[in-house]
Amino acid sequence: MRKVYLASDNIISPLGFSSEENIEHIRSNQTGIKKVNDSTIWSEPFFGAVIENDKLSETWKEISNDSYTKLEKMMLLSISKLLVKNHELDINKCGIIISTTKGNIDSLGSNDTKEKAYLASVAKTIQQYFSLSKTPIVLSNACISGGLAIAIGKRMLQSGLYDDMVVVGGDLLSEFTLSGFYSFQAVSSKPCKPFCKNRTGISLGEAAASVWLSVYKKQNATNIQISGDASANDANHISGPSRTGEGLYISIEKALKESGLTSDQIDYVSAHGTATPFNDEMEAIAFNRAKLQNVPVNSLKGYYGHTLGASALIESIVARHCLINNELFASIGFEELGVSQPINVIKENTPLQLNRVLKTASGFGGCNVALVIEKVIS
Amino acid sequence: MKKEEYYILDYCTIKNHSIFKNGNLIYSDTESETLKGFAKSIYKFLGLSYPKFHKMDNLCKLGFLASEVLIKDNVKLDEDTALVLSNKASSLDTDRKHQESIQDREDFFPSPAVFVYTLPNIIMGEISIKNKLKSENAFFISEEFDTELMYTYSKILLNTEKASSVICGWVDLDTNKYDVFLAFLSKKGKIKLTKEELNKLYNQ
Repeated sequence: MRKVYLASDNIISPLGFSSEENIEHIRSNQTGIKKVNDSTIWSEPFFGAVIENDKLSETWKEISNDSYTKLEKMMLLSISKLLVKNHELDINKCGIIISTTKGNIDSLGSNDTKEKAYLASVAKTIQQYFSLSKTPIVLSNACISGGLAIAIGKRMLQSGLYDDMVVVGGDLLSEFTLSGFYSFQAVSSKPCKPFCKNRTGISLGEAAASVWLSVYKKQNATNIQISGDASANDANHISGPSRTGEGLYISIEKALKESGLTSDQIDYVSAHGTATPFNDEMEAIAFNRAKLQNVPVNSLKGYYGHTLGASALIESIVARHCLINNELFASIGFEELGVSQPINVIKENTPLQLNRVLKTASGFGGCNVALVIEKVIS
Repeated sequence: MKKEEYYILDYCTIKNHSIFKNGNLIYSDTESETLKGFAKSIYKFLGLSYPKFHKMDNLCKLGFLASEVLIKDNVKLDEDTALVLSNKASSLDTDRKHQESIQDREDFFPSPAVFVYTLPNIIMGEISIKNKLKSENAFFISEEFDTELMYTYSKILLNTEKASSVICGWVDLDTNKYDVFLAFLSKKGKIKLTKEELNKLYNQ
C-alpha cells in the first residue's frame, strides 16, 4: 500500500494567515476567541473567533483585485499561500477536496446572492480562480468534514488516483450557525472550556486551511505520514453523541489497526473537545474504552473556537507541527477535570519527543473520524 | 488492496411522484399535493411503523424511504455497509426554513428541531440509526450525479475492506423538486458494477 504524507499546510485564522504564525500564537497560549461586537452576526456581544474583515481584505488585495465572498477569499488565500510556499506543487495535477459544512451560508439571507449558498459554487470559484481542468470534490459531513476529507484524500492517493492532493476546508462564523447553536443552548457565555468542570458549551470560530497530501517523501525534512484512518457512525442519535462513545471507539480501533499500532504507542491525542457537556463526556468514555486515558490530550477549540468544516483539518495541521517540533500545547480554558472518566488533559505547554498522534472528531448525524498521524523515523 | 468483482444488487429511484425498485414501479401517488404528503403516503404503503420518521425533514424522509425500499429484501444488513451519498442542494431546503426563522430580529424563532437538519449528512445518520449501521459515511456535493466519484470512492471502500458493501447514490431536494437514486453495491448480484452501468441506472 502506498504511504501518504502531510507534505505542507496553511491556516487562515484569527491567529494568523500562515501555519507558522498560528503555531507561534498557540505556543504563547493566545486565543483567537474574543468578545465580538458585530451586529451583522448577533444583536448582542458574544464570544467567538472571527477573522477581521479589514485584515482579510488587505491581504487579499495583495493577490487579487477581484471581489469574492469572505469564505472564498479565505479559501483562495489559503491555497495560494500553500502554492507560494511549495513551487513544486502543480495544482492542476492534484486531486482537490473542499471540506465545508455550510459554505457561503451568509449569502442565503439576500436574494442577490442566493446562488452562492449552493456548496458547489465554492468548487466552481476555486476551479475558475486556479484555471483547473477538473472541478474539485466537495465534502460536507458536519463537524468531521476536515478530518474525513484528509482520510478520503489519503484513500484516493493510496488507490493510485493521484500522486498529490490538496484538501482545503473552511467555514464562517455566521448568524445562521450561531443562532442554531444558541437554540440548542449550546453556546458558552465565556470562551469555551473543553473537558473542564466549568464548561458550558461551545464558542464558534471561523477559519480556512489547506494541506498538501503526497505519496512522495520530502528530502532533508521531517516527514509526517497518515498511517491509519477510519470513520464510523454511532447509529444512535442525530444530534446527541452516543453515551458509550461507540462510533468514536470503533473509529479509533480501526485507525490504530490499520497503522499497526496499539493505544500505548500513541504519544498525544488531539481531541474534538467542543466543550459541550455531552460531547466531552462521550469522548472521555471512548478514550477510556480505547485505553487512551493516560495519553496527553488537548482540544484546540479554546484557541480557534469551533470552526466546523475547518476544525479537524486545522487540528491535524497543528498535530503535524507538534510532531515536527516535539511539543505539546496546553488545552486552554481547562482548569479542573469535568468528565466522569479519567483523561490526561494537557495543562501547560510541554516539550516531549513525539512520534505518533491520534486525531479524532465527532459530529451531528452521529459521525466520527480518527486519523493516526506519524513521524517517519529514518 | 483487494480487487474483487462487485455488483449492483438492487437500486431504488424516487422521481415524478413514483418510487421504483430495480426499474419496476412499486408505488405511485399523484394525489398528494405536498412533498410531505407524498412521503407519508409512501410510508403508509410500505407499512412502516417508525415514529422517528415523522420528525425528519423532507430530504431525510426521501433518503430514508428510498433506503427502506432498497434493503427491504435483505434479511440483515452488515454493520460495515458504508453510506456514500451526494446531492446538489445540500440541506438548503431546511436551511431556508432556518433562515426564515432568523431573518427578522423582531420575529426571531430559531428551533433546534429545524437546525439539526441543516446538514446533509443527517440523512446518513437516520439510515444508520434505523439499520444499526456503525459504518463509514461520506456526503459529497456536486452539480449533478457524479458517477465517477460514486463509483471510484465506493470501490475504494470495498477494495480496502473499509466496507463490506456500500449504499451509494443521490438524494436531492430543492424547492419541492426532488431526485433520489440509491444503489446497493455488494459482492453478490447480477448486474456487474461499472461506471457505465451505474450511470445508466441513475438515468433510467
